Amino acid sequence: MSETIGYILITVGVLFDLLGCVGLARLPDVYNRLQAATKCVTLGTCMILIGVAIIAFGSGSSAMAIKALVCMLFVLITSPTSAHALARSSHKAGVALWAGSVTDKYQEQERKEKAL
Amino acid sequence: MSILMQVYIWALVAASFLCLYRIGRGPTPPDRTVGIDILGVIMVGFCAFLSLITGKDYYLNIGISWALLSFIGTIALAKFLERRGFDE
Repeated sequence: MSETIGYILITVGVLFDLLGCVGLARLPDVYNRLQAATKCVTLGTCMILIGVAIIAFGSGSSAMAIKALVCMLFVLITSPTSAHALARSSHKAGVALWAGSVTDKYQEQERKEKAL
Repeated sequence: MSILMQVYIWALVAASFLCLYRIGRGPTPPDRTVGIDILGVIMVGFCAFLSLITGKDYYLNIGISWALLSFIGTIALAKFLERRGFDE
């Protein structure tokens, strides 16, 4: 029973990883790529690790399960943080948005702060 | 190694090659940095599969340390890119 649940979670996680990387390869500028890839790959890898933890708990090796849960927690904390730092630094370095984007709230706010 | 495990491994290999395509092709340096970051997170998934196939738990230690090093490397690259742009 626990093996079935674990393999279903791992299948969904691998699918999320693959689709996130398709988004990384196909989308037009760095902000779109960052958004698609980071969200999908973080969720996918967390689901893979939860699936491994459930299978390991079912088969009795609790050291593997606890290590998988610790690894999941770590990925869940660090991956959005690094994505946020990367988006901020690429906006500050002057990387242009895609030509079809409609708004840039961060630039508007910076201009407003500079005017004050 | 079962057929299902082989399908998982090949799907993650395909995802890694899409990341490598973005690292090699990306027009600006932040594009390449995004590719490196995502490749690091996918490698953690590889370590989890390795641990599940062999039944040894120490491959997950490699995954934890790989996630740590990937995080530190991405933060360092982001700081480096930020300082190279407009000077404020």
